[in-house]
Amino acid sequence: MNKLKIRNRLAKDKALLWVVCLLAAFTAVPLFAILGEVFLRGYDQLSFSFFTEPTPTAYKAMKAIEAGEPIPGGIANGIVGTMLMLGMAAVAAIPIGILCGAFLAENSKNRFAQTVSYLTDLLQGTPSVIIGIVVYIWVVVPMKGYSAIAGSVALFIMMLPLIIRSTEETLKILPASLKEAGLALGGNRARVMLKVQLPAAFGGIFTGVLLAISRVIGETAPLMFTALGCSFIRFAIDKPISAVPLLIWEFFNDPNLQELIWGASLFLLLFVLTLNITAKYLAKKWNQ
Amino acid sequence: MESVTPILEFNKTCVSYTKQTMAVKYVSAAIDRNSITAIMGPSGCGKSTLLRAVNLMHNLYPNIRVDGEILLNGENILSMEPIDVRRRVGMVFQRPAPFPTMSIYDNVLSGYALNGVRLSKTEKDETVEHCLKSVALWDEVKDVLNKKGTFLSGGQQQRLCIARALAMKPDILLMDEPTSALDPIATAHIEELMQELQKEVTILIVTHNMGQAMRISSKSMFMYLGELVEYGDTATMFSNPSDERTKAYLTGKMG
Amino acid sequence: MNDKVYRILLFAVALIMPIVCGGVVYALVTDAYDAFQHFGFFKFLTSSEWSYTEGAEQYGALPFITGTLMTTLLALVFCIPFSLPVALFVGEYFKGTKIAAVLSTVTDLLAGIPSIIYGLWGFYTLRPLIMALNISPQGSGILTASLVLAIMIVPYASSLSAEFIKMVPNDLKEGAYSLGATRAEVIRKVVFPVAGSGIFSSYILAIGRALGETMTVTMLIGNTNNIPDSITSTGNSMASIIANQFGEADDLKLSSLIAIGLILFLITAFINLIGKIMIKRARIA
Repeated sequence: MNKLKIRNRLAKDKALLWVVCLLAAFTAVPLFAILGEVFLRGYDQLSFSFFTEPTPTAYKAMKAIEAGEPIPGGIANGIVGTMLMLGMAAVAAIPIGILCGAFLAENSKNRFAQTVSYLTDLLQGTPSVIIGIVVYIWVVVPMKGYSAIAGSVALFIMMLPLIIRSTEETLKILPASLKEAGLALGGNRARVMLKVQLPAAFGGIFTGVLLAISRVIGETAPLMFTALGCSFIRFAIDKPISAVPLLIWEFFNDPNLQELIWGASLFLLLFVLTLNITAKYLAKKWNQ
Repeated sequence: MESVTPILEFNKTCVSYTKQTMAVKYVSAAIDRNSITAIMGPSGCGKSTLLRAVNLMHNLYPNIRVDGEILLNGENILSMEPIDVRRRVGMVFQRPAPFPTMSIYDNVLSGYALNGVRLSKTEKDETVEHCLKSVALWDEVKDVLNKKGTFLSGGQQQRLCIARALAMKPDILLMDEPTSALDPIATAHIEELMQELQKEVTILIVTHNMGQAMRISSKSMFMYLGELVEYGDTATMFSNPSDERTKAYLTGKMG
Repeated sequence: MNDKVYRILLFAVALIMPIVCGGVVYALVTDAYDAFQHFGFFKFLTSSEWSYTEGAEQYGALPFITGTLMTTLLALVFCIPFSLPVALFVGEYFKGTKIAAVLSTVTDLLAGIPSIIYGLWGFYTLRPLIMALNISPQGSGILTASLVLAIMIVPYASSLSAEFIKMVPNDLKEGAYSLGATRAEVIRKVVFPVAGSGIFSSYILAIGRALGETMTVTMLIGNTNNIPDSITSTGNSMASIIANQFGEADDLKLSSLIAIGLILFLITAFINLIGKIMIKRARIA
């Protein structure tokens, strides 16, 4: 009787282990399914011209399909737009985010800092589509038109909390002795932050920036109401502009352009995952 | 006089954490029933490792190997089912750790709950009262049985953990430096308690504290670098150690 | 730069957070005001009408609130049977091993995939499958959106749960083992109760993610403005109606969409706040 009961309990124990392993392994399936599908359907579209030419018009694409030729053109307009907006957003978000993070790390006890900390969480949790609406109200309406500026403001707002948090967390885990040693040598707090703490935290902050970029680069919804999209390559910051995820959305909605979806998605996916893996690798390396 | 099987017997017991190094080397010893046996030695000598082997705690960690034999009532536990052995061998750890999500009452009965054994309400009440009485905690907590065990003082928590182990009616109770995290008054309480408990259960205790070993144990083991150097009557060992290393340790020249 | 100037500089830069967040709320409230005034706040929340007949425009948020809640809750239901095993795998069974690191990397990468690509995968792979299995004729709908949403929130729920499972003190686990428990029993009776509030809060945060997820849902939910009557029917979530109609909306409709945005903002803010507070408590305990 007792033996039977023990056997029963051991069987249950083993069953749980198997169920956990099985279900955990199954969780990896979507990743490979998605990677596989995007890669298999997209890799033959990747060519030199795919990166150097703008999107074709629907008419041109239709002609090409009728003639049985591959659709001409590429996603250069999207790449340029993404880089331009991301660049502008990063130039503002990196210094501001780092300073905010430094503020939070230096004043963790005071009330204003706690408010800022809560607001950072609030902003980080705000759905990106809402950031899109707000930037539309802030920028697009007063400027009477969609623009690269508006798009970069949206990306800036989404990057900001991510950079603030990673800076704050990295600074907080630095040994206190580092700061004290700096201060003991007669440096003032600004100098110690700039010359001692921030350089020591560089790895963590850099990783945070990479992750922030990879997080916002695929954002679509907020750009739909701000950057809108544009079918040719352009560098103007006060005019509508395209972005890679916007192009994917366009291709998805235009039956004539559907063939281009996968090349653009593959490019975006590779870019994002490379950033992710690099960030993780660097984080690990710097931690040692 | 007829010979009785010792309750616990180590027979060339070895424990190794890695292939190269052995933490416990060929220990052989027999433990008397209803006695308190102390295991002493400097830190890292393998005393806790030896103790944990009796409860098959090492089975939880795949890299650790236990060789030789450990006989419980003549049966080699190394070839038995761990969950079966652990029910018969209670263990009290260095730091008191009652289950924080359970009440005092449930903590005492946690062994049954964990093993999926159902008891009737009267059985439960009796077990709780009996066990808490045998650890002299009943009077202090009988009105707060439904409160969480974590609100108790360190000494009370440790007594609760002893009660938890006793509730399973073990043949033998292992104690791994049970008082090292406690203050002197709580320590004295627990030592007094152990004297009482040995009537019910055999106790094997690892201790860092020579005074404690002298006060409570009838027999002592002295371990050094994984070896059992000396094993015998506590009084004899303290007054007249047969090995130089034991002598050095007891006179404070080592560890 | 002396200390005083430095402190003032940091303070001034940190002011950007209240300004931005205040600006977000201000913009949403002022632009949603028209819709609330026209329909009445409570009426707007409870009306299921969404028609843009000129002169007799009627906008209500109920279908989209329902759609959001349905997709989110269903996603949560699908997510738990996978995220919990992942958390146990990483935080308990294979804690600290290489294979656990591999699985965490996999889930991290899942979290990194842009939502529009999840949408594409759902549309071109999952939707045909759902049609082939005769679950729903059009393939898209609440169920399809929730399934993909579930995959998207698994990483968030599992990584945080794993963290709490890892934090369960070894003392407690060994204590339970010493009483003769099997690993399954230790997990059920010690690990889950001790890590419970932390695990729970990680699901709250995962819900916060799912509520506002836009592109995936937009591509898969079927975009109809009715209250979904079953999990296989089509509908719209708050985020997806905005994504779909914001571009061509003006006047009252624009204001109504912004009002929906405000409601979504408040709901996510509330859920995230609760989640964060619970996590803080669970970490201290």
